[in-house]
Amino acid sequence: MKTLLSIASAIAISCSSLIAQAAEEVNVYSYRQPFLIEPMLKEFEDQTGVKVNVVFAKKGLEERIEREGKFSPADVVLTSDMISLFDLVDRKLVQPVNSKSINQNIPEHLRDPDNQWYSLTMRVRNIYSSKRTEKPVDINYEDLASRQFKGKICTRSGKHPYNIGLVASMIAHKGEAETKKWLEGVKANLARRPQGNDRAQVKAIKEGVCDVSLGNSYYFGKMMQDDAQKAWADAVYINFPNQSTEGSHVNISGMVMAKYAPNKDNALKLMEYLSSEKAQSIYARDNMEYPVNPKVPVSDTVAAWGKFKADPLPISDISANRTKAQRLLDEVKFDL
Amino acid sequence: MLALLLFSPVISLVFEAIAPAGELFDHLWNTVLTTYIVNSVLLILGVGVLGAILAIPAAWVMANTNIPGKSQLQWLMVLPLAMPSYVIAYIYTDLLEFAGPVQRLLRALTGWESAADYSFPEVRSLGGAIIILALVLYPYLYLLTRTAFLEQSKSQMLASRLLGYSQLESFARVTLPMARPAIITGLALMGMEALGDFATVSYFSVPTLTTAVYDTWLGYGSLNAAAKISAMMLLVVMLLISGEKYSRRKQQLYQKNTGQEQRELVELSGWPKWLALGWCWLLVTLGFLLPSLVLIDYIITYFDTSWNTELFEYGLNSLLVSGSAAAVACFIALFLGVYQRLKNSTFSKIPARLVSTGYAMPGNVLAIGVLIPLTLSDHFINELLISWNQAPVGLIFSGSVITLVFAYVVRFSAVAVGSVESSLGRVSPSLDMASRTLGCNPQEMVRRIHIPLIRKGLLAGLLLVFIESMKELPATLLLRPFNFETLATWVFQYVSDEQLEYAAPAALVLVLVGLIPLIMLNRSLERQEQK
Repeated sequence: MKTLLSIASAIAISCSSLIAQAAEEVNVYSYRQPFLIEPMLKEFEDQTGVKVNVVFAKKGLEERIEREGKFSPADVVLTSDMISLFDLVDRKLVQPVNSKSINQNIPEHLRDPDNQWYSLTMRVRNIYSSKRTEKPVDINYEDLASRQFKGKICTRSGKHPYNIGLVASMIAHKGEAETKKWLEGVKANLARRPQGNDRAQVKAIKEGVCDVSLGNSYYFGKMMQDDAQKAWADAVYINFPNQSTEGSHVNISGMVMAKYAPNKDNALKLMEYLSSEKAQSIYARDNMEYPVNPKVPVSDTVAAWGKFKADPLPISDISANRTKAQRLLDEVKFDL
Repeated sequence: MLALLLFSPVISLVFEAIAPAGELFDHLWNTVLTTYIVNSVLLILGVGVLGAILAIPAAWVMANTNIPGKSQLQWLMVLPLAMPSYVIAYIYTDLLEFAGPVQRLLRALTGWESAADYSFPEVRSLGGAIIILALVLYPYLYLLTRTAFLEQSKSQMLASRLLGYSQLESFARVTLPMARPAIITGLALMGMEALGDFATVSYFSVPTLTTAVYDTWLGYGSLNAAAKISAMMLLVVMLLISGEKYSRRKQQLYQKNTGQEQRELVELSGWPKWLALGWCWLLVTLGFLLPSLVLIDYIITYFDTSWNTELFEYGLNSLLVSGSAAAVACFIALFLGVYQRLKNSTFSKIPARLVSTGYAMPGNVLAIGVLIPLTLSDHFINELLISWNQAPVGLIFSGSVITLVFAYVVRFSAVAVGSVESSLGRVSPSLDMASRTLGCNPQEMVRRIHIPLIRKGLLAGLLLVFIESMKELPATLLLRPFNFETLATWVFQYVSDEQLEYAAPAALVLVLVGLIPLIMLNRSLERQEQK
């Protein structure tokens, strides 16, 4: 037992010293997969000499930060959707950032008036449709509940943050009662129980399981780059919904500074860098996302999909309805 | 004390569960909760029954016959355990879905064209989840049951044959009941693992109680309601276990294994031999060989994009934390087992039960449970330092590898405890009495009598905890320190994007690293048998 204890403490000491010793560093808690953000972080390290430490998790980082309290090592938190971004803000785990350059880089409607949160990239919730039966169509989210799509729709779990975001925006526009009716209609039209990710739905269209699916925009670009998946992408049109009404629902990935950030200066440096043209163009090029920095163009692939009208509803208004959306999805038993 | 330390995460969650959750609970109850409960119950029953069908005959064949290739087969049979369920689920979906090779072949052979022309069982279903989980979990039952069969003394079997029972009758009336503690432990482990599983059921979109826990915690932001549901799950598990203990309260099974007697193996020939062989190889193929081949195929196809020299570092990390966790868990299991035996009161059994509760908790919730006591002690230390005008040291427990080891031990010590207990239970108390009479003190007795006698059980526990920790995901993801990647976390970032192909080398290394201790264990088991 003694040996075990001494081994354990030796490991612990060496690890905690690893964390504590490096001179210039910044600690990132990330909901975005490491392989998506590594290019930017590497570039940042080269440029500034500040070492970036990363923990990636899929869920529960808010809880970890909250429990760590004022000794939390987290400096910056990166999220992959608006839901977790607002969870962090609502739990008071963030601090406002005062940076002219960030405010210049990110347009007003994509950041918090109180400077607590910032969007980094945008992604459209598109409707993919099969090339077999449909032309690229002027389609609305509302249409997914109409009888013409009976047995023809595929989607991932209703409770995935991307779908919750869409349902929440629907509630913000039309109220709960109408959204519930819409959800019931969509559920009745599903070709199969919600499953898989957005990519898997496009694959299902290719296989003839369904004709239309919901999916984020960047998946389309990513599939076109992958030899095995290109055939799936080739089988569908990417449509931007609600162009004749309020515009397509747009979700965001974002960043906040943690409330007790121990390396505040470096955190600020990193956040400024991530909103800069340099980092934003990597987001656009490698990840096929829509950059928030207006000076940075979208990638050629994304540009080929054409311009679209985005729903101007403020992000905070959508997020305010996230719990209601979750409840509605349970009420109509969307995933069952 | 030790038990309390390990129980602290669970107790934190129980505290969390006490506060009223308000109408959220009613809302869930009125909408989706019943479906979740039904799915969970069906999943546990299905995995248990299928697992028993797969494992018990195979365990008996391995322990009592001399089928060809036995020395290889007996450890090959355990290999599915090294396959993370999230990897195997992905692979089988890939193989069996509409665009997969199986259905493509079917269409090519029959001329069917679209999904409407024929019906093929849906892989992503409750049935699919049951089959996958049974395939990767049956080795629990197999290992424990085989160990029990091996430790059975031949004399009892001979006695039963002398008393006029046929071989089959002897099996049903002597062999099986003697192995009952091990079988029940194995089934309980399988059941708890299935109950706590999230990766497989969510991949197959089968909502169970774990889904409810995740939804309430992450969707509704109510850790309290999530802890409530977890506590309910825990209660069910404890009831099941104590029910089993109660049902055999009057049985006492001991055996003398002098180590002198030669095991007499049944000679199989003709169709029983082929049936036994086919059965064992089928399990090995479905649970291990086929998925490994698919992984190798992924590696070859995606080598350029997926190869990564840092894999060795990740492998070393995995090895380090899992190895420490296994050693600690087994030490604790031995300690608690012996304590229980020496004290032999109702109270003395409580610590082992408490320590085992972590196993049935969904990993992510348990991770929060682990965070609560660790961050509290971190805060305590730092505040203390500050009050002494010293610089705070930061998060020494919750920000380090210790957290991971602690989490694994909390989660998996049930496996070691179960394994050690069922071995220790078969050591006759007369041996204790004899050794004490001959002047051994308790420590000496443990060292010289118990440990040698339960070596197999102890080793099995060590191995199981190690492999489970290697594969563990939710707690590892959430609790790990900065820049600390294990094979499992590396694989997961791709699996979560449904692109396992890009992490195939890591997945294969994960499996291979799990094989090393398996082979070591097997060697030592064989050496014991030869003695």
